[in-house]
Parts: sequence; C-alpha cells; structure tokens
Amino acid sequence: MLYRRSLSSRIFAVFNMTFLVGMALLCLAPLVHVLAVSFSASSAAKAGLVTFWPVDFTLQSYRFVAERPEFIRSILISVERVLLGTLLNMLLTVLIAYPLSKDARSFPRRTLYVWIFVFSMLFSGGLIPWYMVIKETGLLNSIWALVLPGAVPVFNVILLLNFFRGLPKELEESAFIDGGGYWKSLWRIYVPLSAPSLATLTLFAMVGHWNSWFDGLILMGTPEKYPLSSYLQTVVVQMDIQSMIGSDLASLQQISDQTAKAAQIFLGALPILLVYPFLQRYFVTGMTLGSIKE
Amino acid sequence: MWARKTFRHLPLDCMILPGLILVLIYAYGPMIGIVMAFQKYLPTKGILGSEWVGFQNYVTVFQYPDTMQIIYNTVSISLMKIVAGLAVPIAVSLLLNELRIQGLKRSIQTMIYLPHFLSWVILGGILIEILSPSTGLVNKFIEIIGFEPVYFLGDNHWFPFVLVISDVWKEFGFATIIYLAALTGINPALYEAAVVDGASRWKQTLHITLPGIRPIIILLAVLSLGNVLNAGFDQVFNLYSPQVYQSGDIIDTFVYRMGLANAQYSFATAIGFFKSVISFLLISGSYYLAYRFADYRIF
Repeated sequence: MLYRRSLSSRIFAVFNMTFLVGMALLCLAPLVHVLAVSFSASSAAKAGLVTFWPVDFTLQSYRFVAERPEFIRSILISVERVLLGTLLNMLLTVLIAYPLSKDARSFPRRTLYVWIFVFSMLFSGGLIPWYMVIKETGLLNSIWALVLPGAVPVFNVILLLNFFRGLPKELEESAFIDGGGYWKSLWRIYVPLSAPSLATLTLFAMVGHWNSWFDGLILMGTPEKYPLSSYLQTVVVQMDIQSMIGSDLASLQQISDQTAKAAQIFLGALPILLVYPFLQRYFVTGMTLGSIKE
Repeated sequence: MWARKTFRHLPLDCMILPGLILVLIYAYGPMIGIVMAFQKYLPTKGILGSEWVGFQNYVTVFQYPDTMQIIYNTVSISLMKIVAGLAVPIAVSLLLNELRIQGLKRSIQTMIYLPHFLSWVILGGILIEILSPSTGLVNKFIEIIGFEPVYFLGDNHWFPFVLVISDVWKEFGFATIIYLAALTGINPALYEAAVVDGASRWKQTLHITLPGIRPIIILLAVLSLGNVLNAGFDQVFNLYSPQVYQSGDIIDTFVYRMGLANAQYSFATAIGFFKSVISFLLISGSYYLAYRFADYRIF
C-alpha cells in the first residue's frame, strides 16, 4: 500500500513498538527473575541482590531439590495423573461429542443429552456436596479422585461437537452405504479428520491436569500422595512444613530458603514451558475451533 | 417398528453412557447434596438422618458479621477485573494491529500469551517473591525512585489492586487472540476507501476498526457478567493471608475455610448454594442476552 508516512505517524510507530516490547518483557520478567534467583547463592538472594542475572552462580538449590524424595514422588504422581486424566478426558470427549453432533431429527434423544451436559456446566452443587460425593464413592486418597470427577470436560465436548458438525455429512453417508456403522464412522472418518483439533484439546487437557492443584490438596489425605502442583502449593505458597516428612531442622530451613523455592517454582513451570511451543502452534485454532456454525 | 426406531441409535447411546454416568454422579450427585443447606448436617448421621432446619442456616449466614463484606469483596474485585480485563486486551490488540513488522508482532504475541498457561500456584510463588517488602524486586524499584516499601500482600488497601493487576497481567495477552482474530475479519477495502478519502490512521481506528470489533466486545462484555460472583478462587487462595481477609476474602475462599477447614458443612453449603443459584441466573441471563442481541449460540 502506498502511504505517505508523516513525521507524527513515525513517532507513533516508534512509541507503539517500545510500549508493546515493554509489555512483552513485563510478561517474562518475573519468570526470568525467579530463574536468576534459583541459580544464585542463597546469601545473595536473602540480601535482595539478584535481579535478572544469577549472583554467585551455583547449582546448590537444584541439587538440594533433586535429593528431596517428596519432590520426586510428587512429580511421578503428576505424570501418572496427566497421562491417565488426559486419556480419559479425550476418550470421553470424542465419545460424547460424536453422538451429540447428530441433529435431533436423526437422533431424537440428542436434545435431552445435550441439556443434561450443558446444565452441569451452568449449575454446580458447590464445594462441600462435591467433596461429600467423592468421599462417598470411595475415591479419597486415590489417583482416581483426581481424574474421575472431572473426566467429562463439557466445554471441550461442545467445541468438538461444533467441529464435527462442520465436517461434510456425505462422508459418513458413504460409510453407511458401504456397510459401516456409527462406531466405524467415528473411528475411521471423524477422528482422523479432526486430528488437529484433537491435538489442541489434548494439549489443553494435559496443561490443565498438570496445573490443577486444589483437588489434590483436599482429596488426597496425606502429603505423600500430592501431585506436584499441590505439593508446591504447600511448600512455596503456604509454607506448611508438615508436608516435609521426616526432615531434620537444617533441611527444613533450606527448603524454605528463597533459592530452593525459586528452583521448585521454576521446575514446576518447566513442563509448561516445554510444551508451550507446540501449544502455541495450536491454540489459536483451538480458540476459534468450532466457531463456524451452520 | 417402534423397537427398530428406538434401537437403531443404540450405538450412539452406548457411546454417551460412560460419560453420562460420570456426569450424573459427579455433577448431579452434589446437587442432591444441596439439601444439606437446609439441614443441621452431622457427618455421623448422614444426609438421611440429619435434622431439618429449613432456612435457619441462611439466617445464620446473613447474621454472620463478615457476610456482607465478603459479598462486597467478591463483587467489587470481579467487576474491576471484568472492566480491566476488557479494556487492556482491546487496547493492546489495537496497538498490535498497528505494528507493521510481522516478525516482531509474532514474538510479542508469543511472550504475552505465556502467563495464561501457568497456574496460580506458580504465579503465587513468583508474586510472593517479587512483592516481598524486604527483598522483592518491586519494592527495590520503589525504593530507588524514592518511596517507602509497600507490603502489597499484607495491606488491605493494596491487596485488591494486586489481585486485579496480577489477573490482568496473566490474562491480557491470551484475551487479545479473540480481538486479533476479529480484526483480521474487517474488510480491507474499507481501509483503502478511507485512505483515498484522506483519513488518518487514528480516524481509521476510530471509524473502521473499533466499529468492526464492536460486536465481539459487546459479546464478551455480556458473557463476562456471568462471572460476577467468581472473583478467582485459585488466585486469591494462593495470595491471601489472615491479614488481608478484610479486603480479599471472597465467597469461594470463605466457603472453603468454613466447610473444609472448620467442618461447618451446612453453613458452607448454604453459602455455596446461594452463590450457585445467583451465578446460574447471571450466566443463563447473559447467554440469553448474547443470543438475543449478538446471535451467539454455544452449540
């Protein structure tokens, strides 16, 4: 396009660029600071000397954290939770989205099902009855408490069912003519065709499970069963020393040390930072996924 | 004939069944538990054996001295978040849209989307570190420019603003996605015509860009009204302390402390139910408005 760039528009462009770069750096600065603290000597951190670069570089805090049995154990629980929870989420999302993507004429019970699922998204029984139900169904203290109650992500189901609706019906009709049924149509046509959308939803489910901390905190009776996010909540935020089982006083002091905390914060964020490049490729499509409706 | 019609869709019912059962147990099950709000619930007697007290729990709730303060905190914090959470992303998207260097634009987007994916446990830990009155980065800066250090997380005056600002900081980048998507949908011919007519970039923004994204702004504003009673449990829980209960305690944190920490089951359920009902009305109302005026449907 042909623009006559005036002085004022150039000044604006420079200011705009500076402002936006500043905003972007502001988003990263706290993380960089924590990273710098985690690699600094604890005396330097205590004196508040660290800004965005390690002072008296040391790996001491990481070495200390790596030796904590409860840290390693909670990571393993988190990994188990992410794998199990994501698998369950995706399986149920696909299995529910497909029938609900049929229109009410070809599947009359659809409307009733849709309302059951949507209402569960709009209204909730509240924290205490929810806790009671999980207790009554005997899930407390087991990994299933972290994956079963939230196994049906209704919002993702809606995204996926809208996407399914956008696929040409003729594909499925041809499968029916060739003698396939609903199951064949789902696994052979709908699932392969929606692979990018499913990848998006899978990544979101994984991040959600990794980040989730409150359920672990209240549904797991003992700190030995906490997933990493719940463990970090008690150590970094609550500073609750009870979760340090069998620790001597010296190591208690050390775990509450700023640099050790910073190291744990950073390690907790690390998996997210690692999947972030993949996430980023997908989430713009994820946000607009299923937004085309007929 | 009837049987064939009903059973033809049996595979579809089978697909839904596992998920349906889980939703019935873990989403509808708790709704039955709401009766606890009208009982004097004792864990030893259970729901069937506990004494019915009618609205007695609600009388207690509204006589409780802190209730009004907590409702006020919840609504004021979430309204501030709604307003700031609309204004900042719109402004940033408009500015990003003016950026002509595509590579830089993408890099900035990558950086501002990131905080959305970190949990409030991580961010809580980071905020506690950088807002510390003695060694925190923010207070170091405040001292350099010549002011007294502020205990942001322990001061009732500052705490709500810390909540609003840190929430905007976490979410503004991610929220720009939807506006940027709407901006690409504006017909470029409009800008070309405006340039021919001699409109400056500022005039173009005012008369083409803003009206172009107005529907999506209205839609998001209406939908956010459903969240007036959700002031952000994850965030508050990871940042507050007894010192700032007065300005930072919200309905959800209060329910948690009363119900699970103090074992006042009926009391907490009563407040929780009160919140669920009002939230339900607000959300349904906002969806209805969005449907009526913006033709928005979720499915």
